[in-house]
Amino acid sequence: MVVTESPQINAPARVPRKRAENGRRAAALLGSAIALAAVLVLSLGFGARQLSPAEVWHGLVDADSAAYTVVHQMRLPRTLLGLLAGVALGVAGGVMQALTRNPLADPGLLGINAGASAAVATAAGLLGVATFQGYVWFALAGAAAVSVLVYAVGGGRAATPARLALAGAAVNAALYSYVNGTMLLDAASLETMRFWTVGSLASAQGTTAAMTAPIVAVGLLLALALARPLNALALGDESARSLGAHPARVRAGAIVAVTLLCGAATAACGPIVFVGLMVPHLVRALTGPDQRWMLPCCALLAPVLLLGADVLGRLVARPGELQAGIVTAVLGGPLFLYFVRRKVRA
Amino acid sequence: MSAVRPMPVRRIAGGVPLRFRAVAVGAGCLLLALVFGVLAVGGGDYPMSPSDVVRTVLGGGSPAEDFIVNELRLPRVVTALLVGAALALAGAVFQSLVRNPLGSPDLLGFTQGSSAGALLVVVTGGGSAALAGGAVIGGIVTGVVIYALSWRGGLHGHRLVLVGIGATAILTGVNGYLLTRGRLMEAARAMLWLTGSLDGRGWGDVLPLLAAMAVLAPVVLLGCARPLSLLEMGDDLARGLGVRVQGVRLVLLAAAVLLTSLAAAAAGPVSFVALTAPHLARRMTRAPGPNLLASACTGAALLTGADLAAQRLFAGHQLPVGVVTGVLGGGYLVWLLAAQRKAGRI
Amino acid sequence: MTETIAPETSGRGYGVAGMHDDGPRLSGDALTLSYDKRVVAEGLDVAIPDRSFTVIIGPNACGKSTLLRALARTLRPAAGTVLLDGRDITSLPVKTVARTLGLLPQTSVAPDGITVAELVGRGRYPHQRLLRQWSADDERVVRESMEATGVADLAGRPVDELSGGQRQRVWIAMALAQETPLLLLDEPTTYLDIAHQIEVLDLCARLHEERGRTLVAVLHDLNHAARYATHLIAMRDGRVVAAGAPGEVMTAGLVEDVFRLPCRVIDDPETGTPLVVPAARRRAESAARTTS
Repeated sequence: MVVTESPQINAPARVPRKRAENGRRAAALLGSAIALAAVLVLSLGFGARQLSPAEVWHGLVDADSAAYTVVHQMRLPRTLLGLLAGVALGVAGGVMQALTRNPLADPGLLGINAGASAAVATAAGLLGVATFQGYVWFALAGAAAVSVLVYAVGGGRAATPARLALAGAAVNAALYSYVNGTMLLDAASLETMRFWTVGSLASAQGTTAAMTAPIVAVGLLLALALARPLNALALGDESARSLGAHPARVRAGAIVAVTLLCGAATAACGPIVFVGLMVPHLVRALTGPDQRWMLPCCALLAPVLLLGADVLGRLVARPGELQAGIVTAVLGGPLFLYFVRRKVRA
Repeated sequence: MSAVRPMPVRRIAGGVPLRFRAVAVGAGCLLLALVFGVLAVGGGDYPMSPSDVVRTVLGGGSPAEDFIVNELRLPRVVTALLVGAALALAGAVFQSLVRNPLGSPDLLGFTQGSSAGALLVVVTGGGSAALAGGAVIGGIVTGVVIYALSWRGGLHGHRLVLVGIGATAILTGVNGYLLTRGRLMEAARAMLWLTGSLDGRGWGDVLPLLAAMAVLAPVVLLGCARPLSLLEMGDDLARGLGVRVQGVRLVLLAAAVLLTSLAAAAAGPVSFVALTAPHLARRMTRAPGPNLLASACTGAALLTGADLAAQRLFAGHQLPVGVVTGVLGGGYLVWLLAAQRKAGRI
Repeated sequence: MTETIAPETSGRGYGVAGMHDDGPRLSGDALTLSYDKRVVAEGLDVAIPDRSFTVIIGPNACGKSTLLRALARTLRPAAGTVLLDGRDITSLPVKTVARTLGLLPQTSVAPDGITVAELVGRGRYPHQRLLRQWSADDERVVRESMEATGVADLAGRPVDELSGGQRQRVWIAMALAQETPLLLLDEPTTYLDIAHQIEVLDLCARLHEERGRTLVAVLHDLNHAARYATHLIAMRDGRVVAAGAPGEVMTAGLVEDVFRLPCRVIDDPETGTPLVVPAARRRAESAARTTS
């Protein structure tokens, strides 16, 4: 094992020039908002049927136009769902990385999305629950169970990135073999589940988005409220306590937030990996490690990624489409490997 | 400090008693595996007593018995023995190489590589020989890619784990996509293969794995066991003791990847045998180090036992063996995570 | 300590290339050492005097551990050669080197549940072959090594249960069981309290004096270095600043040069070796003012 001699220096030695720093962060936030607006427009504008921007606009506002049905029944729900799921996964990833003090934490890699999947598979395959309104609660329960497990494994003592990731991979493997087992039992659930497990926005309906929105909103508000105590927790439990934070309460709150966000996102569009990993990394480079800036920025940038992946999937595989979950895995995987090769010294 | 007392003889370094224990555990597990095998051969639509089974295997049965035992049922049992032993051996090697009790090939992407290769064959409509070939090629290609990506001035366990987990996540996405591409019949066939099953195995499925075990098991067990046990203590120390660190590691990795892929080709990616067998072996031998021989025998007993249970558990309904190992392995994993956490090793 | 050290009874001859009398057995010639692309040392020449207890000192990140790893051929030099018995160490068979030169690195991991005797036994690896795995000779050497380090009583205990000082002695016993005339130790006293540090260093000194082994150690404590070393190598920024007997090398001027630490050097009342006493803050500040 290579012994690196240079000590790891985390905190910058110089005092940050507060105003310039905040200016840079505000610029990052503004840039993210603009990118989000752009990708929302793209998501509404691209689809199986070619529509001009003017037609899309009319379809959006004018109930009598020819494009009204396409836009309102298909593209708007899909775009809204991508927005909600992206926000949820990005913020959940940021919270988890802060909570575990581990840069490789991701709701997908650590098995939380798989926990929700397993619960949905149980509901769909064994109990015959077929509607989103029915199985969203199962997804939340499954996500909660795995969140608690992952927290128990990696939350308290400082686990190394490799060990936590491996524990998550093991949980993932166990849950996916369970999901596969339920799919084997009857062909009907295989037919629906094999499309759902790759993670896709394609089956979005208006009711799904309407149902997901309040859950994601609650999770988001909770996460934002925890930003300041999470900053304190980043220094270690002892320091956090001496700064007046309650580590146990903050953790409990963070787990609830992650559960709500991941459970809702997974129920709505299937397990999607890497969004929760990549976005906080990008954002940290833009805003620095302050959660009060990071989490809002994650909330803006993550849907850019997810919707971007969705649009890309619709473009590259025309006239069919590539599911967003596959695009993020294929794009995010190499990025993950890049981080690993660059950051992790043996 | 007190004067030196003569050492108790029983505790002699590298001593005979400990080796004896390891050999006894190996022999015991092998015997158990054979008993399971005899029971499995004796069951089915044409039940036979264990003594009849042994007599027929040794060549003393009637032509009908000879056909049923030696052509229909024996290949399945031999496949189970070999696949269990190969997976467990590969698992023990991986866990030792990455110095982590969770570092088994099903979590590090090698098995998913085999799955991707096999799924590609299924989706393009290939036969079962092509499927086995696809599994082997997929596993080997993945092994080479992971090895290349983990290499940076030497191979380190740490980075291998993270690169492997990244590969797992990407390949899980790819495999999900391949599942959505096929028709429902193909998807069902692929799903059965992905779970791992020993149904209808003939001698043709056994031979490649048998040949590989005949060559690789001696290489690993005789040639590499000692250097591997020194590698566990750190690269510098092993090198100081005269181990060719990178060379030994390359040989071991290559052997483990080959064994994993060939086992997958013979029975599908049966989950958790590679993870649990080395643990059980270690608990029984109570010896430190990789415990390669005992692990291989434990794996053989585990898989033959699981297959027997899969055939008999539900009367009239055969489960794929992967479901049994998945359920058992998942439960074991939860226990393991809790125990590791308590011991501060995760 | 009351136990007596068993005399070196091994009949096995040391040596790689037979006799050779010119120059020391281990030396480094124009070494350039680097991790990835970060160069730690360039054009480094060192010689380890035979039968010496050589101690390498220097501030953090001066390249002393790196040098030790290069001498033990766990780090391949980017340029230059490490010579063992007059031959390039990288050209020798690895097991031959392992029978001549032992290394105790800082980052060793004891496998879970391994006993003291088993761990020490693993040091016999370079003497074993595929067909002759464990011999009476191995048995004897392991026992002697444990007796020499005072861990024979612990032979059957799991290593994880031992105290830090005991554990370090077990690792040293493992290195002894390797039966090498040259032994390299990377900071053998780190993480030990003062009593255990002295215990380990006394042990090293006995190994050096009574068995005539050549020892090379990286140490942080200057006073320990001055007391135990027969030969000192002082490094800074990847260069050897001074080398020689401690009495000549360890001067106030050198310590200030190497560590940027104003100090006085007096005689150790116990041994008469140099004793470094850092200057009090006020004196140091005034000294800094007068020099600037």
